[in-house]
Amino acid sequence: MSGMYFFPIWSIELGAPQFPEGLGFYIWLDKMTGFNENDLNSINGLNHYIGMQAIEPDSIAELKYMPYIVAVLIVLGVAAFLINKKSVYWSWLVLLVIVMLAGLVDFYLWEYNYGHNLDPRAAIKIPGMSFQPPLIGYKQILNMKAISLPHIGGILPGITLLTTFYLLIKSRKRANA
Amino acid sequence: MKKTDLKKIFAGLGFIVLFGIIWLGCPSEDLTKGDAAEKVFVEPGKYDEFYFFTSGGFSGQVGVYGLPSGRHFKTIGVFAQHPETGYGYSEETKGMLETSFGFVPWDDAHHPKLSQTDGVPDGRWLFINGNNTPRIARIDLKTFETAEIIEIPNAGGNHASPFLTENTEYVVSSTRFSLPIPQRDVPISTYKENFKGTISFIKVEPKSGEMSVAFQILVPGFDYDLAHAGKGPSHGWAFFTCYNTEQANSMKEVNASQKDKDFIAAVNWKLAEKYLAEGKGKTLNGNYVHNVFDEHTHNTVSKQLNGVKVLDPLECPGLIYYLPTPKSPHGVDVDPSGEYIVGGGKLAAVIPVHSFSKMMKAIESKAFDGDAYGIPVLKYDAVIAGEVQNAGLGPLHTEFDGEGYAYTSAFVSSEIVKWKIGTWEVVDRVPTYYSIGHLTIPGGDSKKPWGKYVIALNKITKDRYLPTGPELTQSAQLFDISGDKMQLLLDFPTVGEPHYAQAIPAEILMKNSQKIFRLDDNKHPQAVKSEKQARVERKGSDVHVYMTTIRTHFAPDNIEGIKVGDKVYFHITNLEQDWDIPHGFAIKGLNNSELLIMPGQTKTILWTPKFEGVYPFYCTDFCSALHQEMQGYVRVSAANSSTPILYNIQK
Repeated sequence: MSGMYFFPIWSIELGAPQFPEGLGFYIWLDKMTGFNENDLNSINGLNHYIGMQAIEPDSIAELKYMPYIVAVLIVLGVAAFLINKKSVYWSWLVLLVIVMLAGLVDFYLWEYNYGHNLDPRAAIKIPGMSFQPPLIGYKQILNMKAISLPHIGGILPGITLLTTFYLLIKSRKRANA
Repeated sequence: MKKTDLKKIFAGLGFIVLFGIIWLGCPSEDLTKGDAAEKVFVEPGKYDEFYFFTSGGFSGQVGVYGLPSGRHFKTIGVFAQHPETGYGYSEETKGMLETSFGFVPWDDAHHPKLSQTDGVPDGRWLFINGNNTPRIARIDLKTFETAEIIEIPNAGGNHASPFLTENTEYVVSSTRFSLPIPQRDVPISTYKENFKGTISFIKVEPKSGEMSVAFQILVPGFDYDLAHAGKGPSHGWAFFTCYNTEQANSMKEVNASQKDKDFIAAVNWKLAEKYLAEGKGKTLNGNYVHNVFDEHTHNTVSKQLNGVKVLDPLECPGLIYYLPTPKSPHGVDVDPSGEYIVGGGKLAAVIPVHSFSKMMKAIESKAFDGDAYGIPVLKYDAVIAGEVQNAGLGPLHTEFDGEGYAYTSAFVSSEIVKWKIGTWEVVDRVPTYYSIGHLTIPGGDSKKPWGKYVIALNKITKDRYLPTGPELTQSAQLFDISGDKMQLLLDFPTVGEPHYAQAIPAEILMKNSQKIFRLDDNKHPQAVKSEKQARVERKGSDVHVYMTTIRTHFAPDNIEGIKVGDKVYFHITNLEQDWDIPHGFAIKGLNNSELLIMPGQTKTILWTPKFEGVYPFYCTDFCSALHQEMQGYVRVSAANSSTPILYNIQK
C-alpha cells in the first residue's frame, strides 16, 4: 500500500499520428504528470479546440486529501495487524473496498465533468458527442485513441485487497476444517 | 529449302535484331550497377545513417542533409540574413552579423568543420569560415543554429579556416590575401615591401565553445590557402599551404604560377604557446567584433575588441618551417595516423606526400635548402615520403577511409583517384560530374574515419539535371567505397556552392537534438510567459508590444493607438512547449523579415508604419486546424492624432 506514494495510480494515454513520441499523463496520489515533460500543457492546448476545461492539478481537491486518506488506511491496516483479530481484518477490508470504490466513482465523475463540461463557444462542436475518457480501457475520441488503465500505484491496493481477502478466506477454511 | 530451315533463319534473324536492340539501347557507360537504388533507399519514416553538412559557399549558409538518401533537412543562416526565421533581421540576431565594418549581412562560407575530441568528431559544434570579411562561426548542434561569430583582425580572405586541432584547442585562420599589416594607404605596387600575411589561432573554450583570438603569427606576404592540424604524433603542429611565393600583386593567374615549388608551412603551435608565455608576443592594433548568442536570453552580445598578440617568426626560432611542395598547392591533408601530410599541388602532375617523422629528423639535422624571408626551407628530398604518380589533373583535396587508402579529388580531370598509403599506387579512379572541388568521407579528416562513402562536391552540373536557365545547381555525388571499386550511388543538388562538407553518424547528434526552449529558462528581458502579462506600452515614439502566441491566437490581437512614424517593437513569445510547433509573425508592409518563433522562444521585429490605416498581421507557419484564424489588426493613426493605446486580451 505504501507503494501508492511512489508510483502513479492511473495512466491515461492519448495516441495520434502527430504524437509519435507518445502523449498522456499519470495520476498520482497527490499530482498529475505528463508522460513527457510538457504533455499536460499539450493536452490542455489540444482540448481547448473542443472547449474542454484545462487540467490544473493545483485546483483538484482530491490530490490534496488523497495522501491523507491512504495514510489513514495504512495506519489502520498496521493497527489491524497488531490487533490481529479476524473481525478487525474484515472491517479494514470493507473500508478499503469502500475507499477504492469511492475513488473510482470520484474519478468517473471527474472524467464525466471533464468530458461533458464544454465551453459553449468552442471552435469545434460535435452535437451529441462528449469527450469523456474511458474509466478503464480504450475509446476513440475524434483523432485520439484514449487508453485508460490503472498503473502500479493503482494495482497495489488491488493486490492488497485480494491477498487480504484470500488469506482471510483461507484461514476461515482452515478454521472450519 | 525446307520449312524448318526457313523457321531457323527467321528465328536467327529475330535473335540478331533483338540482340541489336538491346545492345544499342543500353547506355555505353553503366555507372550504377544493380543495387545502387537499394543502397540509397531510406524507407519512409526511417532515418538516414549520417548527417551531412555542406557549406553554402556564396549563400553564406550551411545545408543539412541525410546520407545515404541525400534528403535536405534544413538550411542554417550563418553569415547571411535568413528571412525564413528572422535571423539577422530580428533585434536579437542583428548583432550576429556585426563586424568592424558595421553590419555585413553576407559572407562566402567554405569549410564546415566538426569539433573533435581526441581527433574524432564529437558532434558538439560545427565551425565554418567566412572568407570575405574574415570571420569564423560556431553552430550549436543541439539547436542547429548559429551560436557565435568572431571576426579575425589583420586578415584578408579567411580561406584556410576553420581547421582545428585534435581536441578543438584551436581553430585556425589565415590570410588568403596578404595586406599591409597594420592596414594603411600604400601603393599596391609596393606589395613586396609592405604586404604581410597572418596565421591566427582562435582558442575554443572547452565547455562553452566560446572563441577568442589567442594569437597571430606574422608571415611573409604569400597567399595562404588551406590548412589541417596534425594529429597523434604530429599533434602540436598545424600545416598551411601557400602559393604566390612569387609575391605578385597583379595577374596572379600567370604571375603567381611561375615557381616549380611553393610551400606548406609547418607551424609548431605548442612552441608558439611557449613563446607567448615567455612574453615574446607583441600587441598589434586591429579592430574586430565578437558576437555571441545567448540561448537563455535569446539575445546577441556583441563586443568591439581591439588588439591581438602577434609573434614574429624571426624572433621565434623553430616556430615555422617550410616544406617545398610542387606547384601552387591547394589542399593539405593529414592522414589518420598523423604521419603523412598530403599536398594537393593543383598545377602539379603528382601528389606529394610529406612524412612528419622525416620532417622532424630534417629539422634536427638542419637539412635546410636556404630560407624564405628568414624562415627555414627544408630540403624536399629530406621530407618527402612519396609521390603519387598519374594522380589525375589538378589534384586538390584528400580524405582517408581508415583502411589504408586515400581519395584525392582532381578538379581538371573531374575524377576521384583512390591510392594506397605507403605504396603510393593508384588503385581505382571514378569520373565525377563535373569539376570536383572538395570531397568528404564521414570522419575522413579525423583519426578514426567511419568510411563507407565518399561524396564528391562538384562545381559544375551542366546536363546532369533539368535545366534552370543560366544559373545551375551544384551537386554532391555519393559513392560507395566499402568494396575495392568505388561505386556511384546517387547525385543530388545542394544549396549554394558546396566547398567542403562534413558527415557524422546520425546517432551522435540525434540524441542531443533539442526539441523546444523551456519557457522556465527563457530569460529574454522582454519575454511574457503568460497571456495575462501581454501588453502594449508607449515610450515616446517607441511602442513595445509584448505579445504571446499559442494555438491558435495572438494576445493581444487588436491594437490601437499606433501612430505613423512610431517604432513598433513586436516582442513575441511563443508559449507552446510542444515539439515542432513554431508560430510565425508577419505584418503588412514590414520592411524587415517575418519571424519564426520556436516553442518557448522570444523574438523581436521592428516595424515602422508609414501610412494611416488598419494593418493585418498573421501567423505564417501552418500551426493547427485554426491556423487561418490566427490573425489580428493594428490600427495606425496620424502622427499628431490622440488615439490612445488600446489592446485586448482574450478571456
